[in-house]
Amino acid sequence: MIGSDLVMYEEEFQKIDAELQKLHQQSNSKVVFLVDKNGQLIASAGETHDIDTTSLASLTAGNIAATGGIARLLGEKEFTILFHEGEKDNIHISLIGQRIILVVIFDQRSSLGLVRLRVKKASESLVRIFDEINQKVEKEKGEGKFEESPFAEISDEDIDSLFK
Amino acid sequence: MSFINYSSREINCKIVYYGPGLCGKTTNLQYIYKRTKPEQKGKLISLATEAERTLFFDFLPLSLGDIKGFRIRFHLYTVPGQVFYAASRKLILKGVDGVVFVADSQIERMESNMESFDDLKINLAEQGYELEKLPFIIQYNKRDLPNIVPVEEMDKLLNPRQVQWFEGVAPTGKGVFETLKAVAKMVLFELKKHY
Repeated sequence: MIGSDLVMYEEEFQKIDAELQKLHQQSNSKVVFLVDKNGQLIASAGETHDIDTTSLASLTAGNIAATGGIARLLGEKEFTILFHEGEKDNIHISLIGQRIILVVIFDQRSSLGLVRLRVKKASESLVRIFDEINQKVEKEKGEGKFEESPFAEISDEDIDSLFK
Repeated sequence: MSFINYSSREINCKIVYYGPGLCGKTTNLQYIYKRTKPEQKGKLISLATEAERTLFFDFLPLSLGDIKGFRIRFHLYTVPGQVFYAASRKLILKGVDGVVFVADSQIERMESNMESFDDLKINLAEQGYELEKLPFIIQYNKRDLPNIVPVEEMDKLLNPRQVQWFEGVAPTGKGVFETLKAVAKMVLFELKKHY
């Protein structure tokens, strides 16, 4: 179970954030999200204030999971791109590196072609960053240390206090 | 598969409520939603049929507070309980950190409980998990109904591992937060072992 936890560090987070900002600008989109396949929001860029990002992350992951289920029924490994067209807004969802979901929401100021092109470029960079994270986690695990573990001295009382 | 973010100082964990159809999984989440402060919760999302049966999942994000400077977030999910939604049920278990099995205490539902319990083990195995190694709690729900099986008997049927269990009456909240707290504790202590 534990080999697949996702750990994010400040350094890599900055890189991911910069990559998303770039994608947001170059694709002329409204919002860009990065979501873990399990539904956890990792990072976002653009006009996020009007959007319930947590719900969006969870539903996107459900969407990808359901599509993955359909793919396997049809003998496909995965459908890596989903596209939903609305009256005003469109949403482009792509699976990158088997594990991370990149979501781009755009309107008539952009186009599907432009979004696809920019997403492809950004995906390559993002895959590299996530490889770096994995290597870092493996290394720290191997050495048996994590920087300032939040769990080191966690107690029953700490958890009780969450439920008061 | 929790998500530990050192950058935003957040820990995200996924807890799944499992059990047979109409056992009260969604009701558990609804009660938690109702009794949590607005700043501690997100929207309760229910992907349900017109007859209010869960079609894909319910989702409730909770952010109850901080521990050692890290914000602890729990993402609660329910699975669709009805037998024919097996394919969807499997998907929800992806990346789970802890499982709550909600059992229906009514005599006529014992077979459905056992069927759902076996289904849980099989679906977890397909995702590469073993129930024995996951944080796991049982809630014997609907204890207010007249035709119920004694807890000791249900324990024999559904709890060979002797995990912690609670009696529940989900609509009134009995056992609901106790269950959540117990599974949250197990999930965080499991993480402590590894980080």
